[in-house]
Amino acid sequence: MSAWSPEHPDALDQLNQRPQPRPKVAVHKFSSCDGCQLAFINAGEALITLSQLVDIVHFAEAGPLDAEAEVDIAFVEGSISTPHEKERIEQVRRQSRFLVSIGACATSGGLQALRNFNSHSAEQWTQAVYAQPAYIDSLETATPVAEHVKVDLELWGCPVNARQVFAAIRALLFGVMPLIDKDKLCVECKRRGNVCVLVAKGEPCMGPVTHLGCGALCPAFGRDCYACFGPAENPNTHALARRFVGLGLLPEEIAHRFHFINSHTPAFRSAGLEWAE
Amino acid sequence: MDTQYAFLPRNALDQLLDALRKAGFDRLVGPIARDGAIVYDTLTSAAQLPHGYRDEQAPGRYRLHQADSGRCFSWANGTQTLKPLTFAPQEVLWHCERDAEGCLRFKNPTVNHSPTAVIGVRACDLVALRLQERHFLGGRFHDPHYGARRESLFLLAVHCTHPAKTCFCASTGDGPKAAIGFDIALSELDEGFILEAGSLRGGELIRTLALDDATERQRELAKTEIETAALQQSRSLPSQNLREALYARLEDRHWDKIGMRCLSCGNCTAVCPTCFCHAEHSVPTLDGTQTTHQRQWDSCFTAVHSYMGHFLVREETRLRYRQWLSHKLASWHDQYGRSGCVGCGRCITWCPSGIDLTAEVAALTRQETSHV
Ligand code: SF4
Ligand code: SF4
Ligand code: SF4
Ligand code: SF4
Repeated sequence: MSAWSPEHPDALDQLNQRPQPRPKVAVHKFSSCDGCQLAFINAGEALITLSQLVDIVHFAEAGPLDAEAEVDIAFVEGSISTPHEKERIEQVRRQSRFLVSIGACATSGGLQALRNFNSHSAEQWTQAVYAQPAYIDSLETATPVAEHVKVDLELWGCPVNARQVFAAIRALLFGVMPLIDKDKLCVECKRRGNVCVLVAKGEPCMGPVTHLGCGALCPAFGRDCYACFGPAENPNTHALARRFVGLGLLPEEIAHRFHFINSHTPAFRSAGLEWAE
Repeated sequence: MDTQYAFLPRNALDQLLDALRKAGFDRLVGPIARDGAIVYDTLTSAAQLPHGYRDEQAPGRYRLHQADSGRCFSWANGTQTLKPLTFAPQEVLWHCERDAEGCLRFKNPTVNHSPTAVIGVRACDLVALRLQERHFLGGRFHDPHYGARRESLFLLAVHCTHPAKTCFCASTGDGPKAAIGFDIALSELDEGFILEAGSLRGGELIRTLALDDATERQRELAKTEIETAALQQSRSLPSQNLREALYARLEDRHWDKIGMRCLSCGNCTAVCPTCFCHAEHSVPTLDGTQTTHQRQWDSCFTAVHSYMGHFLVREETRLRYRQWLSHKLASWHDQYGRSGCVGCGRCITWCPSGIDLTAEVAALTRQETSHV
């Protein structure tokens, strides 16, 4: 529901002015677990329909390989974590009319962005972890795609789900910006009829500050949301953190609630830092 | 036999459920204990009812306990009651299809609302149902989906005897005794239930059970329990009409203080039995030839609820909370001739932040207006 601020109408114009109606699509991978690409692969029948509507020219995990191809829509999974990726994302941007970052890594830096807090340098970590550190060439930080190039649409989630990805593609095929609903997870949780785990069990649920989209999956199974979809619009992290104090969480535990999968988002980063210190 | 007040022995509760099925209500919905709360679900036998359960409710907190009692209704209220059964959380309003010539064809969804009997409805929820009917069925535009679901319901109420700490229906005048809108109302005593008809079909159903009349003593006991329940309620609103009081305080600084604590999460509106806001959107199939037009619960706490043209009227949380409270307790009077609060207390219990509207109203109206 970002209807009031179409993020990059110019990119949409670019996309709509493509020479051929059938868009060329690429799926690029950066630092990630490949889980978001599975949103395409697990889609089954919808993937066949998709292949009738677009030309998938580059999607390493599924087969087609043409990383240099000029495309109309590029999906990018993963954070920017190496010097090579920094160059490559700029190349991807140059050759794509409309760029969509998918999943927590691409939109917020992901789990690996936890290293951005650490005083140990990336080099120290690689020395400690890898048998052959000489082969590792890593940046000090893992950062979202939007910190490097212009992103035209962000799809959140760890991982994103097929519903979001296909709804976005459908909207772009119609020539309009997809509506992204940024409401809190609680809205979705109540529509689904879950019993609130925060109120009925005292679990430190992140739902009240988390971007909906997963269908309130975790509360449906009786556990607290850990905010894999990142911050919702207008998140009151202070009030939720204070509620967590009331539920008996220690400051460090509260910091960990915010510093997890989407720790590099401004809202979660600052909320966690308040309690980490 | 006089069926005004019939007595149903405790072990005969299943006969009542059977009678409902025989009367054509194939689907029985009733309270069960699940996931740490009382929730409404499909009921197949009286054994599934929450025997012996007590609820403990406080701002932002709900816990169930097993007490040493054979009663099935010795708790106040659960997560939801009637609202999801009449105003569906998510539903398809119509389908649209583009045919080979490019023409659009609209289709109604096939709706099959099987006759449903709901067991254990509370006084506050019956009044709330009446208020939602006014909204969905009362105006110029009759909502056929809401109407069909409403018509499919047979309502078996229970007079409240165990209010929660969050209940304040006595102060809004809507409980704890079920007064309107039921087919049968039930008073629970240790030895069984007193049944009382509220509609013709309710009376007929009671007659099929061929029960004895409730005794004078039983009726006195039931009456006392309901009266005590009203006296036990500790929360209240200062008046049943707060229209002027709230309109005079729209610029009060207290809204900012609430805005600091409110998560703008919409839980209060989702559990409120009178809240009716919804959003609609079209969901196309991937090939772009069909769409379904869907309606789902919305809330004045979402951003898009106040989206107008190209801006948000209520960007800040304090304005969203002010919208909720001033609609519920003030502009409802202009819109529907009474307050929109029936005192069920759900918005207090299920608020993750523990915000209590009775306390906020008290804080707002305690002193003279304090303008920003
Ligand atoms: S379980 Fe979590 S997401 Fe669901 S309503 Fe409660 S706080 Fe919100
Ligand atoms: S409930 Fe929270 S953590 Fe679980 S899938 Fe949804 S957004 Fe992710
Ligand atoms: S405003 Fe709160 S107490 Fe009043 S009817 Fe709604 S949920 Fe119940
Ligand atoms: S009052 Fe409570 S339940 Fe309502 S939006 Fe605010 S925090 Fe959520």
